[in-house]
Amino acid sequence: MNVDVLRQHLIDPEICIRCNTCEETCPVDAITHDSRNYVVDPAICNACNACISPCPTGAIDNWRQVVRAGAYSIEAQLGWDALPAQEEIATDDSIDVPADVARLTAEASSGQGGAAPAPWSAAQPAVNLHTIARPAVATVTGNHPLTGEGATSDIRHIVLDFGATAFPVLEGQTIGVVPPGTDTQGRPHYVRLYSVASPREGERPGYNNVALTVKRVTEDHAGNPIRGVASNYLCDLAKGDAVNVIGPFGASFLMPNHPGSSLLMICTGTGSAPMRAMTERRRRRIAQKEGGELMLFFGARSPEELPYFGPLMKLSRDFIDINLAFSRVPGRPKQYVQDLIRERADDVARLLRNDDCYVYVCGLRSMEEGVTEALRDLCRGRALDWDAILPRLRAAGRYHLETY
Amino acid sequence: MATIDYGEKIPNNVNLADDRALARALEHWQPNYLAWWGEMGPEGTQALDVYLRTAVSVDPSGWAHFDYVKMPDYRWGIFLAPQVADRRIHFGEHLGEPAWQDVPGEHRANLRRIIVTQGDTEPASVEQQRHLGLTCPSLYDLRNLFQVNVEEGRHLWAMVYLLHRHFGRDGREEADALLDRRSGDRDNPRILGAFNEKTPDWLAFFMFTYFTDRDGKFQLCALAESGFDPLARTTKFMLTEEAHHMFVGESGIARILQRTAEVMNELRTDDPARLRAAGVVDLPAIQRYLNFHYSVTIDLFGADQSSNAAIFYGAGLKGRFEESKRSDDHRLQGATYPVLGIEGGKLVEREAPMLNALNEVLRDDFIRDSVAGIGRWNRVLEKAGVDFRLTVPHKAFNRKIGTFASTRVSPDGRVLSEAEWAGREREWLPTPEDRAFVASLMGRVVEPGKFANWIAPPPMGINKQPIDFEYVRFA
Repeated sequence: MNVDVLRQHLIDPEICIRCNTCEETCPVDAITHDSRNYVVDPAICNACNACISPCPTGAIDNWRQVVRAGAYSIEAQLGWDALPAQEEIATDDSIDVPADVARLTAEASSGQGGAAPAPWSAAQPAVNLHTIARPAVATVTGNHPLTGEGATSDIRHIVLDFGATAFPVLEGQTIGVVPPGTDTQGRPHYVRLYSVASPREGERPGYNNVALTVKRVTEDHAGNPIRGVASNYLCDLAKGDAVNVIGPFGASFLMPNHPGSSLLMICTGTGSAPMRAMTERRRRRIAQKEGGELMLFFGARSPEELPYFGPLMKLSRDFIDINLAFSRVPGRPKQYVQDLIRERADDVARLLRNDDCYVYVCGLRSMEEGVTEALRDLCRGRALDWDAILPRLRAAGRYHLETY
Repeated sequence: MATIDYGEKIPNNVNLADDRALARALEHWQPNYLAWWGEMGPEGTQALDVYLRTAVSVDPSGWAHFDYVKMPDYRWGIFLAPQVADRRIHFGEHLGEPAWQDVPGEHRANLRRIIVTQGDTEPASVEQQRHLGLTCPSLYDLRNLFQVNVEEGRHLWAMVYLLHRHFGRDGREEADALLDRRSGDRDNPRILGAFNEKTPDWLAFFMFTYFTDRDGKFQLCALAESGFDPLARTTKFMLTEEAHHMFVGESGIARILQRTAEVMNELRTDDPARLRAAGVVDLPAIQRYLNFHYSVTIDLFGADQSSNAAIFYGAGLKGRFEESKRSDDHRLQGATYPVLGIEGGKLVEREAPMLNALNEVLRDDFIRDSVAGIGRWNRVLEKAGVDFRLTVPHKAFNRKIGTFASTRVSPDGRVLSEAEWAGREREWLPTPEDRAFVASLMGRVVEPGKFANWIAPPPMGINKQPIDFEYVRFA
């Protein structure tokens, strides 16, 4: 069963002064009024945001997550004296949302103090369409090694095809994989979340498929040998195998879609998956000439272990500004993404100052501190205050951090 | 071309660089404008950094560009809304003909008069408000005042561009005269009465931006319908800026009402003397200010029956509010409209030819819009559990222009003798004591996040900034 969640656009009747600017501006005539209130028709509004900045009051910029079928009607809105509070979205399906997913999501974004709002121009994500009780069954159509000869790790590019099953994803969203079987205690395995590495229209445009970037886990964070259940299951999949997939999940770590928006991406290892999805999305739209910059800081032990190293090198410098840091190249000093961020401080500061630039950080938890310190330092040298900027970036949906 | 060229000396989206003669004429006018701003713009503010909105393009996405600006460095320029392809005149005798890109000879004098009258109000309001910064109730309000001021300045630019571009030597002389007249000057006053009144305090300022800038909205809406396309496009873009001005007025009064209601509830009193002692404006005084600004503003729509209005409409120069949304024949020959007159000491409605009554039509549209906002003010009182309700006075109250110019009419619409009026005027219009009391409240509050005692903080800041944001930086 589907939960179709709508981010409904509403106007605050207590702040609106009925100047009619929004109604005049709306390109799709979604806004109307009576003698009391200005209101937005949820059936017409496509969240293009053309009305937001012309509004003199800020009343226009209000959003509520609602189940689409229960969206506030025009009639209901016309009767309001004040906006309703955000309701808990309770549906029959909510009992199916795996506790694992909620926990993993909360952990991943804990470094930034919980999930930030999505960029204003993000597309509306579908979430939780497929649940543990009713997973989508995908077919493996590709499983390619990304790491080169002699690499100390095994990272895979895995393509899953959903056939006739709807599984819409946006760049930055995650999907859940439930490894078959039970653990040593006889309990079902936990759900594992993976960021999709492909853009919304498919790993191959027009196909109902997604790509994942999966590293075979052979040791824990402390270096002790363990065998990651889900990662080994995925990395060992063969073409034609069936996989149970749940999700998609995530309504926060999403990319902006408005022309002129820029992306500052900082990642390590398989944290590159969402960055690849976003970069690929932008690459496929180059012809649209929508403007905006892409800047990437990407760290790995060595070029052989850097996922997508080859394809990345083929991208034009005009399209994306790539900065690669390698920490284990023999004969060269260790270099981390934070070192490169410091080297490129002027450009990073310029992007932080740009209201249309969105920042994404994804990778191992251990990178978080170094990156934050680098950002704080470069701000300090430029009359900026990172600790003051961060809450503003977060509130504006401009800073997204996912670490594991 | 929606992008504004800020590399130019005069930012514009009208390809000014391609018309050197015009560019030179405007560049000649520019220093005179800046000199006027220096002399008559907000007092003592040249060095302040103000968090202002500057349009970087005329499409919706270019609207909210906010940054700190010193006001004399504000990028005043010329911005027209995008041209609509194959736009047609949609009212009057030229209905259905292509809109004019140049001034038709026979309408030249009337168009110039319309543009000059509109243009004259813009610098006038800046002059009226130039001392208010010295008594601002907060940094937030100070910033809003300055935003209003710079945008009035830009509206002057908009009208001056039309004068220079389309009216030759006459136009340039009119543009110079716009900088020579002074609000309230005995010898060389501004053209319209309301723009020669003082705006001595912030209650008056909020009332002015609520009522008088709303007159601006309705005039601009009527001109945005014009068959003269450059005027229509200019005023259409100005309207988006005008909305902020009305927001300042509406939210300003709402916050004053909220604060007064709070103190009324704290002290459990509606006694004006006790409320004044507590440092807030009593509701009857607010009603008297409202009566004054409302009546002065509705005079701005002109005489209730006017052959000029008929000519402007018939010629396709100035339409009605939301002309294109109306479903009549848009020619109005033979149509009638009820206007008020006096018969046997009583007010009566009579039908008049609608073409001659178009000022009254626009005035009534304005009144409907004003009344709706006053309803929202009353909701503030209602929410606070206060019984008092603000109302608009009768349309014939305190009029200086039109049929009622020489008649005394009470706020509830009764014709009065001079003696009756004199006996009760103090109940209806601000008294010298009211004005002195309000003036006594006007201290200066410039600590971020602090507000004067007589006004509540706003519910939200500008451009999603916090309320205690440093909206104005003092060097």
